[in-house]
Amino acid sequence: MMNNAGVTESTLPEASEGARSTQASAAAPAASTRGLTKVYGSGDAQVVALGGVSVDIFAREFTAIMGPSGSGKSTLMHCAAGLDAVTQGQVFIGDVELTALKEKDLTALRRDKVGFVFQAFNLIPTLSARENILLPLSIAGRKPDQEWFDRVIDTVGLRDRLGHRPSELSGGQQQRVACARALVSRPEIIFADEPTGNLDSRASREVLSFLRRSVTEFGQTIVMVTHDPVAASYTDRVLFLADGQVVGEMREPTAERVLEHMTHLDTIKGA
Amino acid sequence: MLRASLTSVLGRKLRLLMSAFAVILGVAFVAGSFIFTDTLAKSFDGIMSSSVGDVVVRPVGSGDAFGSTQTLSGDLIAELEKVTGAAGVAGNVTDYSTFVVGKNGKLIGGQGAPGMGVNYTTIPSANNNVMFELTQGSWPTQAGEIVLDARTAKTGGYAVGDSVRVITAGTQAQVTATLSGTAEANGSLVGASMVIWTTAQAQALYQGGENLFNDIWVARADGVSQEDLRAAVAPVLPAGIEAVTGESAAAAAQSQVQESLKFITYFLLIFAAVALVVGSFIIVNTFSILVAQRMKELALYRAIGASRTQVTRSVLIEAFVVGLVGSTLGLFVGVGLAVLIKVLFGVVGLDLSDASLVMAPRTVVAAYAVGMTVTLVAAYLPARRAGSVAPVAAMRDDITLAEGSMHRRVVGGLALAAAGAAAMGAGLFTQVPKPLIWLGIGILGVLLGVALTSPLVGRPVIIGLGMLYRRLFGTVGVMAQENALRNPRRTAATASALMIGVTLVSMMAVFGASAKVSLKTQIEENFKADYLVSNAIGSDFSPSVGDQISGIEGVESISRVRWGMGEIGDSTQWISAIEPDTYGSVSTLDPDHDATVLPALRAGGILIARERAKSDALAVGDRVTVTLQGKPFDVEVVGTFARSATAPSDYILSLGDWSANGGTKADAEVYVLTAPGADVAAVGAALDRVVADLPTVSVKDLAGYAAEQAKPIDQMLTIIYALLGLAVIIAILGIINTLALSVIERTREIGLLRAVGLSRRQLRSMLRLESVVIAILGATLGVILGVSFGIAIQRALADDGFSALRIPWLQLVVFLLVAGLVGVLASVWPGRRAARMQVLDAIAAE
Repeated sequence: MMNNAGVTESTLPEASEGARSTQASAAAPAASTRGLTKVYGSGDAQVVALGGVSVDIFAREFTAIMGPSGSGKSTLMHCAAGLDAVTQGQVFIGDVELTALKEKDLTALRRDKVGFVFQAFNLIPTLSARENILLPLSIAGRKPDQEWFDRVIDTVGLRDRLGHRPSELSGGQQQRVACARALVSRPEIIFADEPTGNLDSRASREVLSFLRRSVTEFGQTIVMVTHDPVAASYTDRVLFLADGQVVGEMREPTAERVLEHMTHLDTIKGA
Repeated sequence: MLRASLTSVLGRKLRLLMSAFAVILGVAFVAGSFIFTDTLAKSFDGIMSSSVGDVVVRPVGSGDAFGSTQTLSGDLIAELEKVTGAAGVAGNVTDYSTFVVGKNGKLIGGQGAPGMGVNYTTIPSANNNVMFELTQGSWPTQAGEIVLDARTAKTGGYAVGDSVRVITAGTQAQVTATLSGTAEANGSLVGASMVIWTTAQAQALYQGGENLFNDIWVARADGVSQEDLRAAVAPVLPAGIEAVTGESAAAAAQSQVQESLKFITYFLLIFAAVALVVGSFIIVNTFSILVAQRMKELALYRAIGASRTQVTRSVLIEAFVVGLVGSTLGLFVGVGLAVLIKVLFGVVGLDLSDASLVMAPRTVVAAYAVGMTVTLVAAYLPARRAGSVAPVAAMRDDITLAEGSMHRRVVGGLALAAAGAAAMGAGLFTQVPKPLIWLGIGILGVLLGVALTSPLVGRPVIIGLGMLYRRLFGTVGVMAQENALRNPRRTAATASALMIGVTLVSMMAVFGASAKVSLKTQIEENFKADYLVSNAIGSDFSPSVGDQISGIEGVESISRVRWGMGEIGDSTQWISAIEPDTYGSVSTLDPDHDATVLPALRAGGILIARERAKSDALAVGDRVTVTLQGKPFDVEVVGTFARSATAPSDYILSLGDWSANGGTKADAEVYVLTAPGADVAAVGAALDRVVADLPTVSVKDLAGYAAEQAKPIDQMLTIIYALLGLAVIIAILGIINTLALSVIERTREIGLLRAVGLSRRQLRSMLRLESVVIAILGATLGVILGVSFGIAIQRALADDGFSALRIPWLQLVVFLLVAGLVGVLASVWPGRRAARMQVLDAIAAE
């Protein structure tokens, strides 16, 4: 049912090869962290989730953040997206320093400059697919760009489902609606937290292909947290995290190389 | 399982406490009404048992009614003194319309509690008690001296030696006397004021100077029992005079007092019922939501082997705890409520400040029984639903509860409403016996029926508001409306609680407005006199006032009206007496038949209100026995009249018969008609001068009379509004509770909304709009029902003087606006809680 996405796993990396190499070197970071530290709890119960992480997320790139459970990858994403307060360090989206913003401005920034796709429960059950997609715009009181809306809808292949409520959509369709919502406001950056974590492989492919196309065709910047090497293979760049530190980086990842690296990480951790 | 339930209760303290609030208020009303009436009864006990002698000798029947004015001859005292076992004999003169005017010119007491005038006697009351203990000065020894009870003296600002003004309903309207001392009563006087005269003075004032007493006490010698003495006294007595022991006289008086105070209990219990009905909606709702939220947990219990019954029981145990806590707190609040009512009674003159609260075992039992039953019954449905959760639900992510069929509920509700409407119709349009009961039951049926069907009935209101919201508030408005529609049952139950309160308030508003208009119209139509002189405080005044008025220049005629309790056949009724020759010129009794009805009222005749004659099965020409002051006499029904605001009572005698048969000699009203060409204003000024020294009496013209008559309606409405206000408060708490629980239920959704950029302000406004939907829904249904019920009641009482219908539209609109405001207020706390949630926690919430 997703054949209108028209992109297959095998053709995609080749298709985007050229674009990627040029962008990576030229662009200023879309988001970055400097000495980002996040500590949970206090005293004996203190847990350091992130220990001074400094990373750049480049514009118009699809970046994956990987790492074993407890490595701090979700924390990094939450802090970078302005969802969680940091203990120390700085977080930038574009040239705006999130760590200096007040709650109100942070909300406005999320609304206008950031898109989100979560693992589950991405949609408001009482609103139709169309209303969900337009939610950030309507919250902001902005009119949608009809042409762009149509383009996004056609890309995710949901035109005939717009009037449906989330409960009438499959899991894959729901995630595609979530992706469309993230895209439709043309955010500077989209954060996706295990977007395929709850999907079967076919639906995962559809969602990942769509994210890939968004980067390739629309020049969207996307950061995705995942533990799935196959999902990581759709990206341009993988950042590996372990114990709250960036421990590696891989460009032009393939599933095999990522899996190998992850196994290696686990070995180090185990040792 | 028990431990799990208890832990669960503790984990949800606040939420459960809020649902317990409904129980608390309901129980508080039950407990408060019992505590107060017990306290009231007990505070009368003291004075009752010290205000009888060992043996009381009195005219037969005088003990049956409060404030008897029957008398017996003082000659009997000498006879009684000769009885063996009698240690002392004293005659008592007791009057209940003697008021003291304070130094500042203001009347002391006079609202509810009687102003008493008695004579000083030296013999002890029953069992060697004394009724009064002298605290200052000396007892009155000669004419012109009085003793006051200490409280009255203090309130009036009088010290021993001061000159005190006393108003009486006896032959002398006003007496000035010197305060020779003050005395303390043995037991609370319950706000009554007490003037103690010498026996000679009392007889001069109240018995026309004759040697008459209202009763005689005989004190017993040592070793003689009350009963022995009574038996010894009885043979001495002439016919028509009886002797009773002090104990039985006190007991009878107490039961009379209790009987007359029962209305307070009933009144408060009605509001307890309203609070509990409204509360049960909230309890059902709270438990439904709590069960829905705990579905996974409950399913897990089922999966690891708990039976359906065990799961159901675990929820019921929570309800049990809530009921227990609610009842206990309710009992405490009830004590507070009783104190509050005590204070309020003090304000209107029934001083109970020296009475300590009585907590009877019955009160405690009733409080817990009511609280527990209501909670458990209301929690039963959600509990049973909890038991029906499938174990597999524990493993599923998205579970919805199999809710009982909406269809069945709607059909049941419609049937109930239809049956209620039919009963109302029967009460209104057919000749059923007790039409008001039919109407009442019908109203209850319609109310509950609509409450049941409100998920359906409310839909158009919610959708209508939704369209408005979409236009005004965009997506936030749409989401608010959708949230309200998301769980129609929950919204409806929450709204229903408010609906019941608003229905009753609107009903009273329509009824009250109609009553006031009817009253005003009738007074304007019927009142023909120039002035009315009447008692300002519900106590009769001296006939000397009327005598003086007759002498004023420019007064053509006066017409006196007297009234009091008496018996018609076997039932105690309010009976009045008019002067048939003059009454017609000052007031219309029956607009259509005055010309024939009034002249028919001659000696030996009685007029009866038409509706009353119907229910008494009496027709013109029938004979009926009237008993005034225990003395029966026969009269003939000579006419009927329409009930109206100006008719003095349902039973009207001629003043001649009234006076000849022992009716009170004090006037209740004196109508004044000025002579043609006389200066009406000058006459009014002259009347004012006559009553200037009598704070118990006031002069009013038509407008003043109408305003005075409308006042009790307003006061009554105020009290009813205040009490119904509590039902509305419970309903508000219901909205808060539902919203707060919904917020918790939608934690992830709220987190998502916040993540994609919904500001805190927008989130709050979304909840506010949802809350307003619920509130307006409840208020709209309530106003519609209330107006219908109000109209129905007015129609049913149209023949009883409530002839005009008035719908106070402005007031009803205000109710709706207030409901909207209530919605806004109710959302404040849940909104704040929702806004405080950390976005990340909300997203991560399970």
